[in-house]
Amino acid sequence: MLEVRQLHLWRGERHLLRGLGFTLAPGHALQLLWPNGTGKTSLLRCIAGLLHAESGEILWQGAPVARDRQQFHRDLAFLAHEPALKADLTALENLRYSLGLRCRVDSPQLQAALRSAGLAHLDADQPVRSFSAGQRKRVALARLSLWRARLWLLDEPATNLDAAGQAVLSGLLARHLAAGGAVLIATHQQLELPGVPTRCWLAPEAAT
Amino acid sequence: MSEAFEVGPMAAARSVLARDLLLALRRPGEWLQPLAFFVIVVMLFPLALDPEPALLRALAPAALWVALLLASMLALDFLFREDGRDGTLEQFALSGQPFAVLLLAKTATHWLLTGLPLAIVGPMAAVALGAPVIAVPGVLVSLLLGSVTLSLLGAIGAGLTLGLRRGGALLSLLLLPLSVPALIFGARATQLAMQGDSAAAPLLLLGALAVLALTLAPLAAAAAVRIGLE
Repeated sequence: MLEVRQLHLWRGERHLLRGLGFTLAPGHALQLLWPNGTGKTSLLRCIAGLLHAESGEILWQGAPVARDRQQFHRDLAFLAHEPALKADLTALENLRYSLGLRCRVDSPQLQAALRSAGLAHLDADQPVRSFSAGQRKRVALARLSLWRARLWLLDEPATNLDAAGQAVLSGLLARHLAAGGAVLIATHQQLELPGVPTRCWLAPEAAT
Repeated sequence: MSEAFEVGPMAAARSVLARDLLLALRRPGEWLQPLAFFVIVVMLFPLALDPEPALLRALAPAALWVALLLASMLALDFLFREDGRDGTLEQFALSGQPFAVLLLAKTATHWLLTGLPLAIVGPMAAVALGAPVIAVPGVLVSLLLGSVTLSLLGAIGAGLTLGLRRGGALLSLLLLPLSVPALIFGARATQLAMQGDSAAAPLLLLGALAVLALTLAPLAAAAAVRIGLE
């Protein structure tokens, strides 16, 4: 369970998050549909520990994440705007090295993840440099599927994805939530997630 | 889920090292540029000065070390910048692994690709400037130890300037004063080695600097990069 209490965040002169609080239970998704510039990405980065809030508390499984951030990060997968892929490596190499930071995954598993992300048709030697933005996002989704983290923080996960790509994303989210995971999504467009328990949050000051 | 988290910090560091070496193999220009810069700067001295062997020999330690320092600065631009831009450093910070260990792995790769080649080419450049062949081991050891220190200090500077759009000049301004001890002891060790005297004292001091940098720089670099990621 993720719990955020009384979070205040300033960016320069702007008081972006004013006493924000919410909970996110296992098996649930929460979509932040706030208008542009109201702090969706900042909230995700704040929860991940990439931004420091002026005050407030973030709890994971009942314990403040600040107490053992490294442990919290082991439960966390963060899909940011930038997919963190190396343009000169192939999709398989990118997956191998980024997953190598967390877990041991063999080549058949990596290939299966790329196949389920709809990238089976690509040449194995093709560097990511030649991929479209949507294909890069699919590689990032394939990585997400292998990350084995309980809490996913996704920043605009559907951007650049075509209809088939969005179906891949929906399937991925459904499987993750069915396995007891939780997802917090920052998105400007509501994701259609059939069969997925999801709440939508329209503005930071609105009650959930 | 996270029960499958089965990779220790050393295995994660190896993964970073392997990835960066593979990337360097695909982009040889990044590590060849500082090397070419070093050779050209050293070779400019005989052209700019009176090509008198005794004069060149006297100036060789200074020429070598100033060129090493400048070439190291040039190479530092590649250390964190791209990883900061494409989100890789964020993923490092959120990997659940000790951030300082991953950055140390990156710095080690950077040293393997820039510091080590410079240290290997350095003695040849010294001989070209009139150093006796017997000085080669001393020059090599001094450049090896000095380049380790410079790479580690450079990681702190590269971390501090990560968030800046044009951080190259600031990086040099930050690092050049910090590099002065390595420059002094390194140039002295090179000079003593070229004279055929024992260079043990400055080499030990260079070694101490390298150990100090190895102990503290990864932690400082990790703190600096975290600030840059905000």
